[in-house]
Amino acid sequence: MSDQEIEYAALLKGRHRISTYFEWVCRIATISALLFLAVLLAGVTWQAWGWLDTQFLTGFDSRRPAKAGLLAGLWGTSWLIFFTAILTVPVGVGAAIYLEEYATDNRLTRLIKLNLSNLAGVPSIVYGMLGVTAFVRMFGMLSAADGWTIAIALGFGTLEIPLPLGRCLLAGSFTLSLLILPVVIIASQEALRAVPPSIRHASYALGATEWQTIRHQVLPAAVPGITTGIILALSRAMGETAPLIVVGAMSYVAFAPGNLDTPMGAVQDPQRVLDAPFDVFTSITIQITNWIEQPKEEFQNLAAAGSLVLLILLVVFNATAIVIRNRAQKKITW
Amino acid sequence: MNSSPTVVTANDNAQNEEPRVDVTSTDAAAATPEESGEASVRTSRPVVAESAITDASHAVKVRAKNVDFFYGTNQVLFDVSLDIPEKSVTALIGPSGCGKSTFLRTLNRMNDIIEGTRHTGDILLEGTDVYDPSIDVVLLRKRVGMVFQKSTPFPKSIFDNIAYGPKVAGLKNKAKLAEIVETSLQRAALWDEVKDRLNSSAMALSGGQQQRLCIARTLATDPDVILMDEPASALDPKSTARVEDLIFELKKNYTIVIVTHNMQQAARVSQQTAFFFQGVLVETGDTHSLFTNPTEKQTEDYITGRFG
Amino acid sequence: MSTASASDVPLSEATTSLQRSASFTRLKESGIRSLLFLCAALSILTTLGIIAVLFSNAIYDVSPRQVGRDGEVRPNEAFFQQVSVTEFVTETRWTPGYTEKHFGIMPLVCGTLMISGIAALIGLPIGLCSAIYLSEYAAPRTRAIVKPVLEILAGIPTVVYGYFALVFVTPYVLRPIFQDMLGFDVGVFNAASAGIVVGIMIIPMISSLSEDVLRSVPRSLREAAYALGSTRVDVSTRVVVPAALSGIIASFLLAISRAIGETMAVTIAAGQTAIVTADPLGSVATMTSYIVNVSKGDAVIGSIEEKSIYAVGLTLFLMTLVMNIISQFVLRRFREVYN
Repeated sequence: MSDQEIEYAALLKGRHRISTYFEWVCRIATISALLFLAVLLAGVTWQAWGWLDTQFLTGFDSRRPAKAGLLAGLWGTSWLIFFTAILTVPVGVGAAIYLEEYATDNRLTRLIKLNLSNLAGVPSIVYGMLGVTAFVRMFGMLSAADGWTIAIALGFGTLEIPLPLGRCLLAGSFTLSLLILPVVIIASQEALRAVPPSIRHASYALGATEWQTIRHQVLPAAVPGITTGIILALSRAMGETAPLIVVGAMSYVAFAPGNLDTPMGAVQDPQRVLDAPFDVFTSITIQITNWIEQPKEEFQNLAAAGSLVLLILLVVFNATAIVIRNRAQKKITW
Repeated sequence: MNSSPTVVTANDNAQNEEPRVDVTSTDAAAATPEESGEASVRTSRPVVAESAITDASHAVKVRAKNVDFFYGTNQVLFDVSLDIPEKSVTALIGPSGCGKSTFLRTLNRMNDIIEGTRHTGDILLEGTDVYDPSIDVVLLRKRVGMVFQKSTPFPKSIFDNIAYGPKVAGLKNKAKLAEIVETSLQRAALWDEVKDRLNSSAMALSGGQQQRLCIARTLATDPDVILMDEPASALDPKSTARVEDLIFELKKNYTIVIVTHNMQQAARVSQQTAFFFQGVLVETGDTHSLFTNPTEKQTEDYITGRFG
Repeated sequence: MSTASASDVPLSEATTSLQRSASFTRLKESGIRSLLFLCAALSILTTLGIIAVLFSNAIYDVSPRQVGRDGEVRPNEAFFQQVSVTEFVTETRWTPGYTEKHFGIMPLVCGTLMISGIAALIGLPIGLCSAIYLSEYAAPRTRAIVKPVLEILAGIPTVVYGYFALVFVTPYVLRPIFQDMLGFDVGVFNAASAGIVVGIMIIPMISSLSEDVLRSVPRSLREAAYALGSTRVDVSTRVVVPAALSGIIASFLLAISRAIGETMAVTIAAGQTAIVTADPLGSVATMTSYIVNVSKGDAVIGSIEEKSIYAVGLTLFLMTLVMNIISQFVLRRFREVYN
């Protein structure tokens, strides 16, 4: 071997060593990220241990930690997510259909698409500021001190809609809905894009109109993807706190929206269902925040128990999304 | 060789009626091993169909007049004029990218879906300009059906696939739908194979069955003209034979335009052949004479396998 | 060239008309189309709403006085109609709640940047190294498991991160190291704990996006580098990462923008002391935590304190918007190169 070759061989040995080090650095980084997750989940579970019981799940908040429960938050979050879903799904899917199936590539379409990706990056608290002005106060256009009320008599009760909405549950849902709308639209667009164009062409070739093609072919094929996107977006809404605080969620409420604290209550007194959207509200996340801020040590355990409940709900949500996606993948292979 | 009895009958009729002309020698040079294998599967079938293009009983169904076509600024068709006779099969042949598929897709305006396309010239269906602004493109496509290269069954049941066209056209009567599904499947020679599982998914059918399903689906909309874009190119030889038999049978009632890469196939199923090269319709004529005695040098080069 | 004779053969007679008719179907089609367009246009309306709300409360209100039904007149002037932009930008004190009011955004921006900086210090290297590991080293099966597990980090509600910072990071990580060993004073509320959890939070944003970008670097480029006698680290750091650099930068910008806008973890863990400071172990206030704290309190609607959150919100909105736009621009440039 020449000197040059010996030198190269020596160098190469060093280079291989660096290569191995580098691989380990990257591996450790990945492991440490996974470790953070494990520690976080373990820590929360540890703190919550012994506090997550039926009393916690069925009781309202209290000044005494041993008696405090999450019920108001559970009902509040359920209602919030329910209305958010109702508001978001048709609009979000509709917008995605327009953008993917109808829109031609013109300036307006490009503007809408650019705008969507920017909206997805707007901090959630800014949506809260939009919500408090647009929904809670309705831009001060109906700024009379006591406001108006629209009463609609239905067979089983009276729907009383306050104007402006005020710090009510529905205002919170509107706000969360605007917050997750870009996410839903973008996910739905991806699901629609995954439907092969050949299906559309085949449908057109059989004399179907645009809407018939979408309604009967494209949308059914895209439903699993869209559903997954919606569930993920709703679980994001479920974990949101800041916009709800700005919109005016109550940090301490000892009743469920509309006083509806059992599912049976809806049957016994339907009026409660009509009252719930316009009642004051709290959420799981708001209750957790409130407990964290309490000076008494035990409230920290309650916060952990609340967090654990929230995490379990999120796992259930996400698992549903994964099951839907896997089932669909098995059923349809293009 | 053919398992379906109806198809065999069709062949027998064809053999009785049409003079058999053997052009296998002409394109033997072009035949790949696979194609030769394909040919051997159906030695009992007519290799070239009748030459009926000059027959005055076949009126012109579709007339293309001086058609230019552009993708953006890229011109892909140059002054194409072609008459397509009714109740016969017209084959469009030529090397990849020669514009034959684009031409096919102008006939039912499937190119409209692609943004940035433009055309000049006229496509007349029974004398009506299909590009006229007053034309309802949905109606046009119902009358001019299309079968694609890759079979495109909808991820639904066999029944729903066939019933889709009539349903979107507004037919709601269940009994009538069932009747259409049955006759369409029978015409596509698929009925016997699927009649017991109409409610199972169309995605579970074999490739050849899927393609015949797509043809049946097109028949269910009761079209006059059926466009086929390489309908057998993704199929095995046996399925190809069945699809070809079907085309042969269908031409009794329908005007068929078929794009194919396979010259033997063009020779077997069509009465008229049009040869495209680089966006230009080089030569057109009845299939027999075009294959045995081409007038243009480019045509001869192509069918003898010197390029493409 | 065409040899088709288009003259003597008769055209077949038209059987049915192809003319379009003004049918119910057509009306329905265009109706649906318009409806769907409105859905898409709503996103534009949302943006306009955000801009209108921030503008009318922060910069200029067209109706500076509001009269209630009871005849009571309430002031409603926008923030910058009462406070000069110069003061907002140059003043170093932020004391809207005190009798002596000062409105300098600097302490809040400073707190935000400190926490984002700490988060970047944690999140960027770990995120990028994870991305490199997943893209260049991990077996496909490992990647299929690790990537979604990492993404769980992004799905955990931020209030849980805040709780984790306050109850675990400060007492069990920061105190033992910085207070017991090094002798610094670690506050109950401090910027470091908030920064650390925000850093963890943004790891999956960086690792997922960067991994996608790294993997879209064509294999031919890697093969070419190996064929020149490169080791794996050479290929990763000198070929793949530089080739994917714009995409990686885009993911960094998105992650930092997310850190700037992060609210609950910061509000819970960092406290609310609005001061210009370089001490990461002390309490700071950020733009987001200020907005939350005013919203929670009982600031009178129309008061300068209430209006101030919109000025802060506008600053926050503009900062994140600029970062998002830059990252999208960079990402699009990257995609143009490789797709």
